[in-house]
Amino acid sequence: MSKAVETEFVTAWIAGQLFGIPITRVHDVFEAERITHVPLAPSEISGVLNLRGRVVTALDMRKRLGLPPREDAKKQMVIGIDHEGEAYGLLVDSMGEVLKFASDAIDAVPINLQKDWAAISAGVYRLEDRLMIVLDVEQILDFRKDTLAA
Amino acid sequence: MEDLLREFLIETNESLDVVDNELVRFEQEPNNADVLGRIFRLVHTIKGTCGFIGLPRLEALAHAAETVMGKFRDGAPVTAEAVSLVLVTIDRLKAILAELEATSAEPAGSDGDLIVQLEQMALDGGAPAQPKEEITIGTLSPQVLERPLRPGEVSLDDLERAFRDTPGPQEKKADKRESERRTGERRHPDTMPNGAQTLRVSVDTVERLMTMVSELVLTRNQLLEIVRRHSESEFKVPLQRLSNVTAELQEGVMKTRMQPIGNAWAKLPRIVRDLGHELGKDIELEMHGAETELDRQVLDIIRDPLTHMVRNSADHGLERPEERIKAGKSAKGTIRLSAYQASGQIVIEIADDGRGLNLSKIRSRAIEAGLIEEGDQPSEAQLHKMIFAPGFSTAEKVTSVSGRGVGMDVVKTNIDQIGGTVDLRSTPGRGSTFSIKIPLTLAIVPALIVRSGGERYAIPQVAVVELVHRGSNASLVEEINGALVLRLRDKLLPLLSLSQLLKLPKRDVAESEAFVVVMQVGASLFGIVVDDVLHTEEIVVKPVAASLRDIKVLGGNTILGDGSVIMILDPNGIADSIGATREERTIDDFSAKEVALDDDALRSVSMLVFRSGTGSLKAVPLSLVTRLEEIDAKKIELSSGRPMVQYRGGLMPLVPADANVKLAQDGTQPLLVFTDGGRSVGLIVDEIVDIVEDRLEIKVASETPGVLGSAIIREQATEVIDVAYFLPLGFNDWFHGKGAAREKKKLLFVDDSAFFRNMLAPVLQAAGYDVTPLPGAKEALALIERGARFDLVVTDIEMPEMDGYAFGEALQANARTAHLPVVALSSSLSGAAVAKSERAGMHAYVAKFDRRGLLQALKTASADLQEAA
Repeated sequence: MSKAVETEFVTAWIAGQLFGIPITRVHDVFEAERITHVPLAPSEISGVLNLRGRVVTALDMRKRLGLPPREDAKKQMVIGIDHEGEAYGLLVDSMGEVLKFASDAIDAVPINLQKDWAAISAGVYRLEDRLMIVLDVEQILDFRKDTLAA
Repeated sequence: MEDLLREFLIETNESLDVVDNELVRFEQEPNNADVLGRIFRLVHTIKGTCGFIGLPRLEALAHAAETVMGKFRDGAPVTAEAVSLVLVTIDRLKAILAELEATSAEPAGSDGDLIVQLEQMALDGGAPAQPKEEITIGTLSPQVLERPLRPGEVSLDDLERAFRDTPGPQEKKADKRESERRTGERRHPDTMPNGAQTLRVSVDTVERLMTMVSELVLTRNQLLEIVRRHSESEFKVPLQRLSNVTAELQEGVMKTRMQPIGNAWAKLPRIVRDLGHELGKDIELEMHGAETELDRQVLDIIRDPLTHMVRNSADHGLERPEERIKAGKSAKGTIRLSAYQASGQIVIEIADDGRGLNLSKIRSRAIEAGLIEEGDQPSEAQLHKMIFAPGFSTAEKVTSVSGRGVGMDVVKTNIDQIGGTVDLRSTPGRGSTFSIKIPLTLAIVPALIVRSGGERYAIPQVAVVELVHRGSNASLVEEINGALVLRLRDKLLPLLSLSQLLKLPKRDVAESEAFVVVMQVGASLFGIVVDDVLHTEEIVVKPVAASLRDIKVLGGNTILGDGSVIMILDPNGIADSIGATREERTIDDFSAKEVALDDDALRSVSMLVFRSGTGSLKAVPLSLVTRLEEIDAKKIELSSGRPMVQYRGGLMPLVPADANVKLAQDGTQPLLVFTDGGRSVGLIVDEIVDIVEDRLEIKVASETPGVLGSAIIREQATEVIDVAYFLPLGFNDWFHGKGAAREKKKLLFVDDSAFFRNMLAPVLQAAGYDVTPLPGAKEALALIERGARFDLVVTDIEMPEMDGYAFGEALQANARTAHLPVVALSSSLSGAAVAKSERAGMHAYVAKFDRRGLLQALKTASADLQEAA
């Protein structure tokens, strides 16, 4: 019996769906405050903000997933990640707990999942009462390819 | 060993660059023993080190070159072929070194070809002259070599003697000091030979320091912003201290990044020499202002464009000697490189006295390349611009020199990339001049913060020419079929709304689009309409994330003092987005102006125009104003009857600009803050109107204290105020400690430029001198002839009729004025000019914009006067 390796995930809610990002990729979690709009930017980028002296480029996950903007005025949360030396932030509705899974318990992305969702998902974990989609950070930040192709 | 090798590589490469240039010089002055001595010593050192580390290939090659150099020293004729051969040898040495650097081992191979040639050269060229017996001091210990001498090799004894006879750098320095002491001359500290110790630090270390300092600046700005909101804070004083230290640290680190532009020019003499031989042209390369410093990042980016442009001048610009003689010019063509600093920018000019641009050829090439249509009639300036178009080349045949697939378009792209501009002037038959303007540094730039569509944006100050308030000039903005234009003085400026450009959501129209920021990028001038102009701030440029890099109008982002992130606009990107059609029109409108600008650019000056008292317009040179402030009227306190305000951790006295100015009772009070020697005074004005760029010519001198006179600024009569009058009003003791208790020294100030007279005279007055400004040396001598007495003289060097040197000599020739200390002012600070000024009896030589240096030089000069008395 090989011992299963466990991976920890930072989880977040977007439009009622639970998503997870490997904790090793997450730099920071903070409240979205004073986001500066970047003119002429791709629509997925909601702006830039200052995190302790670093400029973080904030990505609207709802836009990225093709979801409508949120109706309530509650503060969004930002998951800070580093990508190729640059700071990005993923805007999500709210944060969940940190969850631990055995890495061999992952399911492949269901083939019938909507295309733009499937593109940024790395797999699915089964919880008792719901499913958690693992986000593929590289793919999320690769939206320019999609935008340009479109 | 690793470290030793690395050290060796760095040093040897540097030495070889020096040898390159010294050889080119040596070829021109074959009788200069100093130059030869230096080359000989460098080559010998290289040979010695190679032998020590065990690099036989390098050693043998260096030895052969040294032998030829030795023959020169013994009096063999210096031929171009011999120098070429040595240069080729040096290239080979460099190639081996490059390999050595990459692989840590000397590459296999033989240099027999070169060594045979060198040895042959040594045997043919060098007369086998028996070295003369010379008297040397010291004991000669006989030295034994374990192998027979190679052809042309000198014995160790001879070598030893050669070393003793050649003056080394140490001795020379000592000589200079001695001569300075002898003549009792003092030189400005900036021009002192740099004897300070130096350290090699890796670029990474400096870069990391810079990043950290940038972060520190941001944090400092944030703290200042917080404290500004809490007026009663105990942090105020320590924070002020922190702020000062940060500023000094920032300046210090910036300095470590600065390198003289001469570093980027180091390879040019050799390149030009080789080019001259290859093309059969006689070319002289003049270099001025090599000591001008700029950020190493900027330096790296402009190095290649500069080299390319010099090649271009040598290849396309200069004619062959026979053509030149036919055209009545000297056979030798000149390429002049010059660099100087002007208003926060570095200006680099590459000028040649060649044939100038061939407009008809450019025209036909442009039609060929599809840039213009057959029937088009582009203006001269437009045609000049065409050479920067991608894929454009007028050379009839692609030569090995310029035709390397790199065009002027690449040059322009590189310069654009760092926010610089490149311009071109050309006169047929007389030559062309390229002038490049680049920012001093890329890391921290002064920027104007504006607001549009509810968001703030930063515009780099270098591109901003002036601000126009639309409120008072509403009728000046007109519309031609939807395109906005601004009628500004005698020009028509294309206008672009920033919110349209950035596709910002429409906002309330009531108070929007009230300001026009007039910007200049290269030759194109245009206006950006914004909602509000907030303030200026030193911003730290941070690059945007990769996903935003395609947005051409954005040049980066920055964090402001209040912690918010704002986008920095890229003037070049905006100019491009305005589009070619509009740009062409701009060029048409301004091409005439552009030519005139050459002369006027130096003389036109930014003026701050304001209203006070009776409502008449007043103005002051912007360079004298430290800050513009709007303070809460309630914060103004009265201290023994005088208005004061708490400002940046201290108390600042307020002085009315006019007897009729009333302090605002509520709302905000606009102030102009002047600072000198760490003290600030706030000048109370009613309204700040505008910042304009115009020639400052005082038409009517004034009797009113505090007013220099009246000038026509923007076609309106405007009173120019005398800052020197207001400064002491704030502090009764302003001049105390500066020697005002003593009698004021009478200072004669000669400068042909009205601008400098107007700018520097108040500065000199404020420093406690009784100043008599005059426009020329002739007038000055006439005044002295009539019996006027002075204690000190400050004179410009570059003046028509009689220049500063001649003036200095004339003063020395007159027994009555021979003792007068003379301080020379010049825009170029070359060693030759300094030496010439010393010969003309000048006391000190100061750069024109170096206000502090001038005051320091005057202080030393008058201290000497005191001693002498």
